Amino acid sequence: MPWGEFKDTAAERRLFQRRTLVMLIVVMLAIGGLVARMYQLQVVEHDIYTTLSDKNRVQVQSVPPPRGLVYDRNGSLLAENRPVFSVTLVPERVQGMDDTLAQLDTILDISEEDRERFQRRLQEPRRPFQEIPLRYDLNEEEMARLAVHRHELPGVEVEAELVRFYPHSELTAHALGFVGRINRDELQRIDPVNYAGTNYIGKSGIERFYEEILHGEVGYQHVETNARGRTLRVLERENPVPGEDLQLHLDLRLQQRAHELLDGRRGAIIAIEPDTGGILALASVPGFDANKFVTGISVNDYRELSESRDKPLFNRALRGQYPPGSTLKPMLAVAALDSGATTRDYTIWDPGHFRLNPGGRLWRDWKRSGHGWVDLKDAVAESCDVYFYDVAVKMGVDTMYSYLSHFGFGEDATLDVSGALSGLLPSKDWKRAVRDEPWYPGDSVNLGIGQGFMLATPLQLATATALIANRGRWVEPRLLKDIKGDRPVEEFLPAETHEPLALKNPDDWEFVVETMVEVMHGPKGTARGAGRGAPYRMAGKTGTAQVFSLAEDEEYDKEEVRERLRDHALFVGFAPVDNPQIAVAVIVENGGSGSGTAAPVARALFDSWLLEYGQTDGALISGVDEVAN
Amino acid sequence: MAFKALLDSTASNPLGRHRSIWAALHLDPILLFLLLILVSGGLFVLYSGADRNLEVVKAQGLRLGVAFGVMLIFAQLDPSVFRRWAPWLYGAGIIALGAVILVGVGAKGAQRWLAIPGLPRFQPSELMKLVVPMMAAWYLSQHFLPPRFRQIAVGLAIVLVPMVMIMQQPDLGTSLLVGMAGIFVIFFAGISWKLIMACVAMVSVSAPLMWFFVMREYQKQRVLTMLDPQSDPLGAGWNIIQSKTAIGSGGLDGKGWLQGTQSHLEFLPESHTDFIVAVLAEEFGFVGMLTLMTVYFLIILRCLYIAATAQDSFGRLLAGALTMTFFIYIFVNIGMVSGLLPVVGVPLPLISYGGTSGVTLMAAFGVLMSIHTHRRMIGA
Repeated sequence: MPWGEFKDTAAERRLFQRRTLVMLIVVMLAIGGLVARMYQLQVVEHDIYTTLSDKNRVQVQSVPPPRGLVYDRNGSLLAENRPVFSVTLVPERVQGMDDTLAQLDTILDISEEDRERFQRRLQEPRRPFQEIPLRYDLNEEEMARLAVHRHELPGVEVEAELVRFYPHSELTAHALGFVGRINRDELQRIDPVNYAGTNYIGKSGIERFYEEILHGEVGYQHVETNARGRTLRVLERENPVPGEDLQLHLDLRLQQRAHELLDGRRGAIIAIEPDTGGILALASVPGFDANKFVTGISVNDYRELSESRDKPLFNRALRGQYPPGSTLKPMLAVAALDSGATTRDYTIWDPGHFRLNPGGRLWRDWKRSGHGWVDLKDAVAESCDVYFYDVAVKMGVDTMYSYLSHFGFGEDATLDVSGALSGLLPSKDWKRAVRDEPWYPGDSVNLGIGQGFMLATPLQLATATALIANRGRWVEPRLLKDIKGDRPVEEFLPAETHEPLALKNPDDWEFVVETMVEVMHGPKGTARGAGRGAPYRMAGKTGTAQVFSLAEDEEYDKEEVRERLRDHALFVGFAPVDNPQIAVAVIVENGGSGSGTAAPVARALFDSWLLEYGQTDGALISGVDEVAN
Repeated sequence: MAFKALLDSTASNPLGRHRSIWAALHLDPILLFLLLILVSGGLFVLYSGADRNLEVVKAQGLRLGVAFGVMLIFAQLDPSVFRRWAPWLYGAGIIALGAVILVGVGAKGAQRWLAIPGLPRFQPSELMKLVVPMMAAWYLSQHFLPPRFRQIAVGLAIVLVPMVMIMQQPDLGTSLLVGMAGIFVIFFAGISWKLIMACVAMVSVSAPLMWFFVMREYQKQRVLTMLDPQSDPLGAGWNIIQSKTAIGSGGLDGKGWLQGTQSHLEFLPESHTDFIVAVLAEEFGFVGMLTLMTVYFLIILRCLYIAATAQDSFGRLLAGALTMTFFIYIFVNIGMVSGLLPVVGVPLPLISYGGTSGVTLMAAFGVLMSIHTHRRMIGA
């Protein structure tokens, strides 16, 4: 303090006290302001924040319904749900992300793909303590190794979810289809509420067709969670409605037998129960492991499957479109008889070739020397081409088209088989529209032996064969046999739309069936080798479909044609004749001849079905009985 | 005379007559009582805010015990000791702050501590909360009050130098508190209202300049977040949204002790440190907040009374400034937690978990008690 001057302490004190008063007012205003703010938040806006707090605290979690199981006709499990474990990280609790990832890398097999996806998700905005998945589908060994090191890895969690599993996947992949992760397009289509907790959806086959009833209905639980999203307790729960369990007509044993019979080859087998239209076996060989597709197939695995020359992903039974060849003859025989183009006794001379007009184009019979005098029965039994060239020309394309479409060719006649193709049933209109050409009589000649433009799937051939077995009664092919709930199966199966094929003389059915019996059991039957020694009577027809046409005078030498260019071997048939239990279509790609390759396969299936497996209730089959006694 | 009686009852008497035990201990019973209420209530809230972690409460209790010890020691010293030591402490503080910038240690991109071998790690900026107002009060009280322009300029320099140095660490919260402590000294000294208005005008002009040239990115982010927490609800806005939710959902009488879902379910960040008031608001509601505000207000009222009745300018200026610093703590913290002010690292005084600021605050109350209880007999 400078000396010599006198401080006016009283004035200074008064000044200070005035200032203190000002500050006191400031303090009072400020604290009043804070109190007002508290009043605003706690009293005026209390409801808003209570809601926010409850929304924080209480979360509505959707509980995904367990997907319905799929059984075969005998109750064997074909599709089940299995817990799959994945590793997730909570970045907030991880101590040293790089070190943790490096250590996890020594414990688990983490691909570059996994790592990139994880890093991308790590950069994206998310709520605190939300977990980020690193690897899906841990195997047991990895689980064990992770359990050992778990305590060294804070923030690393293992999560379980139920995922579809096909115990017999190689056998059933084409029959059942499979589920996979919901993709962007499907996300647009599905009900976001019902699928709130669901990660998988049916991609093909039964899984896709019955998606709605397999899926079930989502449930909810109100849970109290902390900021890390960890569930502390369940406050309220509405259980999900599990998906319905399905029982299929499929018989796992027959399915397995079909795969064994085609093992090492490429081909397809369809077996139908003529009475119900139920598909007993649907085999496309080679198959593949659908389980790989469920959690997401690796790029390499997929490339291997899709680039394989054997096309394992291709469903030959439903989507393979082949020229039906001579297997079409029984259906054409029905058409020829009913339309009057031929009679049971009408006989022709087969010199080994056929001409529309003298000096015109030559169509050969498969038997170069010709069959000589043949009637309709001989023509089917020996598969005489010339006889059918003749009746085809007499019928004309319109008649053939009309009858063949009654047999289900040129359409997808299935009820619940998704992905089945329609094949191609040519007509005048079709040729005009697609080829911009008129229908030539020569086209009819080709159609007479199932060649030319016509294409059919194995499923269509089996369906048409079942129609013959049923003597004209239509049964649309179907997979679903029963729903393991209270609801009737008709509620879920689409309506049957086909009228029976009524012939002017219904007895013609028996006649055509007899011609097919002749194929198997007659002295000249093309498949008499396959029919020999059976304790039951069967009906069938062999076929051979050319992979490419040979010029008319060129000698056809199997040995010179590379294996992949060999003829496809076909066979259709059913058994027993008087009480048909099974109708089949067999195709062996590049199998050579129908009688040599495809017919024995069908015989083996008939034997398995009629003699080995019998009927589910163990009753004797009348047709088998008859012959055996 | 009532005034005379008040003097008699509290002033030290060389002959020992009428000396109460409080006078002998140099403590102010009213202030002590209010502080004890605040601190003990605070420990209960802390137990809840720390999610029933008794270790945290014990550690805080120990720290507060030390802080009360420091208060007791400071109360024994005569105010003239502070006045004599002020320039030396200030000089040492500036050197220490310089050392922090050069060789300091710290975390999260800020250097705040000084680690001298053989001594516990300490934060020089924390000491400056006491030393800067002491220095400013020492300087201004040597001159006639109200201060002239030159003295105001020197006073401002005394405040601004350490303030800028602390800002360099960077530690906006402490820098603000140190600055305010000094500014309050100048205000109490009687700086003219015209000048105050001019300063306010200057600040409002320089604010945009600060925004573009001085403030760091994270500080700008805090201001933006305060203005619109929903702009980044999972990031920087998370804290504000969650603390407002905690406060608002408390309602009139709260969810009950230990029943706060926001804090116990870990939605509320920093629930036992800077954001602890949200725990109190959630669990004890508006009633609890009113109680807290009342206790704080009574403490400030008592301290302002002590300041107003201090015997000399130095004591008055120092007491007034320290009181207002305490107030700033409260206002900034609660304003921040309730979303009125940007997020600045300022704890809730004597309740938030954490050591240094509690000790400094109690030391300040020690200084106030010293000013109040060391009285020279005048006119006797």
